[in-house]
Amino acid sequence: MSISTDDAAKVAGLARLNPAPEKITQFADQFNDILDYMQKLNELDTSGIEPLYTPVTHETVFRDDEVLKEYSREELLGNAPETDGNYFIVPRIVG
Amino acid sequence: MSAYEAVIGLEVHAQLRTRTKIFCSCSTEFGREPNSNVCPVCTGMPGVLPVLNRRAVEYAVKMGLAVDCTVNPRSVFARKNYFYPDLPKAYQISQYELPLAEHGRLRIATNGDEKTIGITRIHMEEDAGKSIHSATENKSFVDLNRTGVPLIEIVSEPDLRSADEAVAYLKALRAILVYLEICDGNMEEGSFRCDANVSIRPKGALELGTRAELKNLNSFRHVHKAIEYEISRQAVLLVDGEKVTQETRLFDVDKGITVSMRGKEEAHDYRYFPDPDLVPLLIAPELLADMGRSIPELPQAREARFITEYGLPEAAAQTLTAEKDLADYFEAATRLYPEPQKVSNWILSDLLRELNQAKTAAVDSPLTPEHLAELLGMIDSGQISSRIAKQIFPDVFTTKASPQEIVERKGLAQISDTGTLEAVVDSILTANPKEVEAFKSGKTKLMGFFVGQVMRQTKGQANPDLVNKLIMEKLQ
Ligand SMILES: [Zn+2]
Repeated sequence: MSISTDDAAKVAGLARLNPAPEKITQFADQFNDILDYMQKLNELDTSGIEPLYTPVTHETVFRDDEVLKEYSREELLGNAPETDGNYFIVPRIVG
Repeated sequence: MSAYEAVIGLEVHAQLRTRTKIFCSCSTEFGREPNSNVCPVCTGMPGVLPVLNRRAVEYAVKMGLAVDCTVNPRSVFARKNYFYPDLPKAYQISQYELPLAEHGRLRIATNGDEKTIGITRIHMEEDAGKSIHSATENKSFVDLNRTGVPLIEIVSEPDLRSADEAVAYLKALRAILVYLEICDGNMEEGSFRCDANVSIRPKGALELGTRAELKNLNSFRHVHKAIEYEISRQAVLLVDGEKVTQETRLFDVDKGITVSMRGKEEAHDYRYFPDPDLVPLLIAPELLADMGRSIPELPQAREARFITEYGLPEAAAQTLTAEKDLADYFEAATRLYPEPQKVSNWILSDLLRELNQAKTAAVDSPLTPEHLAELLGMIDSGQISSRIAKQIFPDVFTTKASPQEIVERKGLAQISDTGTLEAVVDSILTANPKEVEAFKSGKTKLMGFFVGQVMRQTKGQANPDLVNKLIMEKLQ
């Protein structure tokens, strides 16, 4: 499997990025380098081995269903580029 | 259309009734000021970590068991990547390859036919927020209160063949969620939402047709209408030799049609991958056993019991058990007044009418089971006629006053005093000599006329048995 510049442009589009054409070529090459390396790992026979979803080995951590409020609305809205004190305001999105 | 059969699968999102969100300690309370139930986790601040709500997991497991799913001892949370401002992390935490529960089933009945619908999977995920779009400015207003509220998505097999079956399935599913007390089932407020995948194929064909995904179905009626419309729309296309396009279509409530969202929506490429912030979810055998024990009698079992234990007709048992609180109401009233048939009749006619008018659930009924039992007892003791009971029913409902109080306040107690009634009967007979004559010469049907006149004069308060007796005596 190899990544074409079209594939790289599509991935950039999905991430809402608009890189210059020479960057697209560069990224496609880098993708392919990574895939080549993965191909090498693929040479190992992993049949019968469970896929590793996380290197963390501890078990499921649960939280009790108890309400806790650590920050005020003002503090949270304070990080927004634009707010009216009630809402986060963003450029209009078609609904 | 008869040359085609419809193939329908449903995706249901049910909001779990936990106190807090799925991955943070924010309250899930509905209707609060915008952005008052938010924290760094659910606003997607950098460097925060999600921590799973135990109760959300318990509720999801309960639902899995209630619909005969296999609950996976190990499931994995995944990121579903897409951009939308009401999803501040730019991904939704969901489950993909390894869902919490799989391979369940649900029995439904439509027009007397029973059928089992497969449930493909139940997985856990977080809800998104809400946006309001300005009509005048280039602005959208984002409220993240709902962001991170726990959901389960319940995906059915494409086993449904008609709009009727789809609605029966949804009602059965909703009833179970409400019985388990894990979801309030409110479709209008969006705590129980449904998308429908609809395709058609020539009758007898095995291959599936191209499907359309229907959205914006926020009542059972809309689900029914949208599916019926979509089936006929696709049939017309195929008959005309055209093709059905795989697409998402919105139900237009006013026009009763489905409309393509084409152009408004790009092809989805969610690029799911396991969420590295969350370790796999392990369901311990003890938790599974605990949840299994906590499952109450479910609606279909309760319906069957209402038929055998109380001798109710099937239709009545079905209506009474469709909503848990109505079934509870019936059983509470029946304990106080052990004539199930009578209690059922009064609930199905009078109580449901008042509840519907007031848009109130049975659990909040101002006319309590105690009131109903008292009212029925007053009829039996002859204190009031059933006509008066029907008449004061709405008064009890609106004022919350006891039937006894209302009868006394309005002076509606039944007149069972012979002297008083005799005077009324005499005056009626004197005022209608022709009818008296006719009765005596054999037109006994006129009895009803005399009783009616007495009732009218006493505003329905006369004891009908006594009135009958008095008239017979006078006319013999
Ligand atoms: Zn939060």
